[in-house]
This record gives sequence, structure tokens and C-alpha cells, in this order.
Amino acid sequence: MNRWKIIEEWIFKIISFIAAYSVVIILLYLLIVVFNKGVGALSWEIVFSLPEGGYYFGGGGGILNAIVGSFYLSLGATVLAVFIGLPAALFINVQLIRLKRTQNTIRFFLDALWGIPSIVYGAFGFAVMLLLGLNASLLAGIITVALLITPILVRAFDEVLKTIPVELQEASYSLGSTRTETALKVLFKQGFAGFITALLLAFGRGIGDAASVLFTAGFTDNIPVALDEPVATLPLSIFFQLSSPIEEVRQRAYAAAVILTVIILIISVSARFLSKRYSKNSIK
Amino acid sequence: MKQMAFTYQSGFLSECATLQNEMEMEKAIKDTPIIEIKDLTVKTREGVILKNINLDIPKNKIVVLLGPSGCGKTTLLKSLNRLTDLHKELKVSGQIIIDGQDIMRAGQNLASMRQKMGLLSQRPFPLPASIYKNVAYGLKLKGIRSKRLIAHSVETNLKRVGLWNEVKDRLKSPATSLSIGQQQRLCLARGLAVKPTIILADEPTSALDPISTKIIENLFKELKKHYTIILVTHVLRQALRLADHVVFMYYGEIIEQGHPDEILKNPKTRILKKYLVDGN
Repeated sequence: MNRWKIIEEWIFKIISFIAAYSVVIILLYLLIVVFNKGVGALSWEIVFSLPEGGYYFGGGGGILNAIVGSFYLSLGATVLAVFIGLPAALFINVQLIRLKRTQNTIRFFLDALWGIPSIVYGAFGFAVMLLLGLNASLLAGIITVALLITPILVRAFDEVLKTIPVELQEASYSLGSTRTETALKVLFKQGFAGFITALLLAFGRGIGDAASVLFTAGFTDNIPVALDEPVATLPLSIFFQLSSPIEEVRQRAYAAAVILTVIILIISVSARFLSKRYSKNSIK
Repeated sequence: MKQMAFTYQSGFLSECATLQNEMEMEKAIKDTPIIEIKDLTVKTREGVILKNINLDIPKNKIVVLLGPSGCGKTTLLKSLNRLTDLHKELKVSGQIIIDGQDIMRAGQNLASMRQKMGLLSQRPFPLPASIYKNVAYGLKLKGIRSKRLIAHSVETNLKRVGLWNEVKDRLKSPATSLSIGQQQRLCLARGLAVKPTIILADEPTSALDPISTKIIENLFKELKKHYTIILVTHVLRQALRLADHVVFMYYGEIIEQGHPDEILKNPKTRILKKYLVDGN
């Protein structure tokens, strides 16, 4: 190898090293800041109790309403998005297999939807809410967050399905499968590990988004028991606490951020674990 | 007495004639091709992949499609069970007659037509399920629900491909836990379970080691008693070892065809002579 090639190799190696580790460093720095500011204010009371009167002005209690509310909302939205997203992704990859132009057009629209800021979804959800005569509620929040994560989910499912070799589909067809049987019995199983990962990441995106639920989900100190009741979410809870002029409340915002971060980390780790577990039957 | 002798003689003659007719009919049935390909053309926007292919595939023989890469062998093979339908860019015209039915006509029951043809691809593609479920998959698609029947078929077909003793204690293990050679035999067992009459094999040994290759080749020799095998390969020695009939293709056309001794040892065309010398 001549000298220039050796230098080129080194330059490339250093740039790659810096790029890769800067991502890790940024994540670690973020975790350190959030944990450093939040752990001090974290207590069992914050995690397991509802806010008492005047919580956002320094009153007692916790944010159980926001933790449970976020789960309700994200779970509902993810279920709704899966019911739309999975058939849509299977349709694109199985029924439209011969129509490349239609496939690409749908993918273009999904990518465009993916890129729309969540506040726009919030505004759109608010308009739909008024149109349907709904109040700011769990249901309105679920619909809005589902709108936000459906394109993400469809494209993620779509990418999983695209990685499945066409020969596997051919093997299934040659045994006498119809398209539907191939989609449900072969492609779904082969992509299952990837679907789980996509699902959990979409759930994580839903649980962490504040803007889309700002106008639609409302806010309450209670845990909703019906779909037409307002719901508190962790991102909005953090937002309200951080906006407080009281230092103690701002500290609690970081505690809530720690809770949200831990939830997201658990989701990411679970996604990796489940993906590994369910991929043992899949061909590599 | 004379009358009796005449009657006996005419009876004998008529029996001989019947026997001869039966033998001729049997020979005719035997010689009737199982697949007739007429004017098959496959095109894309970029060009023609198969040009006016006319070919008769005889029953219970190993027919080898031979030729350099990109000559259309795989496309021809995939046309036979209409897997070309999965690729929009391919425009297919012509006739493929199997069991007297033109499979290219619209309204064909593709699922049952494809079950007549087992497919082995270059690399094994087991379904994302256990070893047992891989073989049982096609049976369930056929509507067989009896667990006893399915278990019997799984065992029989795994035995036919010589895999039973290697996997009988781990039938519930993922199919992907098998070696590549075992996976290829599993795919063959999976195909045989749906009782096809034709086996389409697209370079099935190209990813295998010599021992697994030999096992598959021996299986093919055994299977041809009951099945018609269409094998795509560009390994000349494999063609010589296995083929009853060789079809040499070049740029989407059939250049020569016949018995392997005839066409591989005494090629008539310059293209085939060059291919046999250069390998391309």
C-alpha cells in the first residue's frame, strides 16, 4: 500500500471513530444531565401517587396520573396504528409486488407524512376533534398520536418486509400458497422480530411526544376511566413543571424526565431482546 | 379340426394385435411429453430474455438446462410454475401445456398448478418455522387436517431425502438450525410432501459442499423413477452425471438439445463447442 492510501485509511478511521463515539457521548451526556438534576427529586411519592391540589405550585403528591396516562395513550395509539399499519405494509409488499410505481408513490407519501412536525399533527387532530364534536380527551389523544406514528410504523414494517428475500415468497407460492397465506404465514412470521422492534420504537415515539397531544388530550390530575375523559401525559407534565417559577417544581420536572427516559430505555432494551428472541426461526 | 385351428390362430393373432396396441399405447403415453412449451417469449423493457422457446419435456427423466449465466435458464424454469408473475417487468407470451392444460391462460388455479411442481432454489429457503412445520406446511395448505396423516407424511418425506435419522429427535427445532446441505434436503422433502409430478431445481447444489452435492445428485437419480426433474446447472460434469436430456441455451434461445452423450461429446454448433471448451 502506498503512503497516500495509508493516510487515507487513517483519516477515514478517525472520522468514523469520532462520528460513532460522538453519538454515544451525546447520549451519555444527556443521561448524566437528566439523572443528575432529577434523581435528587425522585421519590416513591412522585412515581406512585396522584398530584395533590396545587402540585404545580409546589404542592405534594406525584405524577402517577401522567405516567399511567402516557401508557394508556401510547398503548391505544400503537394498537390503532398497528391495525392500520400492518395490513398496509403487507399490502404494499404482497399485493402491489408487480406495481413498483404505485409502491413507490405510497412510500413517498408515507415518507412525507413521517417528516411532518408533530405540532402539525396536533393542530390537525384538534381540527378533527372539533369536526367530530369530541372534547380534549384520551380518545382524541389516541387518534392524534396514532396519526403521528402510523406512517412511522408502516415504513418501519415496510422496510422489514423489504429485507425478506423474494425467494422465500417464491418457496411459499410454489407450495400452493395464495398471496394472503404467504403474507400471513410466511412474511409475517419471517418479519416478526423486526415488527416487534418497530412496534416498540413507535410506542416510544408516541409516549415521548408532547406537541401532538397539547391540544387534543387535555390534562387532568386524575387517571382517566373512560375514553372521553382528559388524560395527562408525561411530556406535558414535564413541560408544565419546567415552566413553573418555583425551583422545587422545576426539579420535579427533571425527576419526571428521568422516569420518561427510563421508560424509553426499557422499551429500547426490550425491543432488542424480543427481536433476538423471535428471530431464531427466521432465515438470515 | 381345420376350423378349430383357424379359430385358434385368428384368436391368437387378435390377442397379439391387442397386446401390440397396448404396448404401442403405453409407449405413446410414455413418450408423451409431460410439459410442452410453445413459442414462449419473455421480455423486459431492456430486451428479450427468452425468444420463442419450443421444448418438450419428457416424463420421468432428468432434463438439464445448461448454458452460461444470464442465458435465461432460471427465467424458463420460473415460467413453468408462473413465478414470473411476481415480477411486473417480465412480459410473458406463448403456451406452456402441462397435463393438457395451458397454464398461461387466465383463470388458472395457480395454487393447485404450483403444487404439481416442487421448487428447489440455488440457496435453501426454509420457511420461518420448525423442521416439522416446514414439511407439514404444504399439506395443511392442501386442506389435510389429520395430525396422524401429517406426521406420517413428514416422516416418509424426511426419510426419502435421507434426513429423518438426522432430525427425528429435534423436529421442533428451527429449520434454520440445520446445515445448508440439510436445509436443501428439507426443502426437497417439503416440496415432495405436496405430491408434485415435476421437480424444478435451480442450481440446487451451487451453495453446497461436495458431500451434500453428491447426496442431492443421488436423490435426483432415485427420484426420477417417479418424478420429472428439470435441473438448471452450468456445471458440465453435473449435467453429464445426471442428465437424460440436455438443453443448451444461449442468449434466450435453445441452441442444441438431445442426449448428453450426443450433444456434450459431439456438439454440432460452434457456440456449444466454444462453451464446452471455455465454459462460457
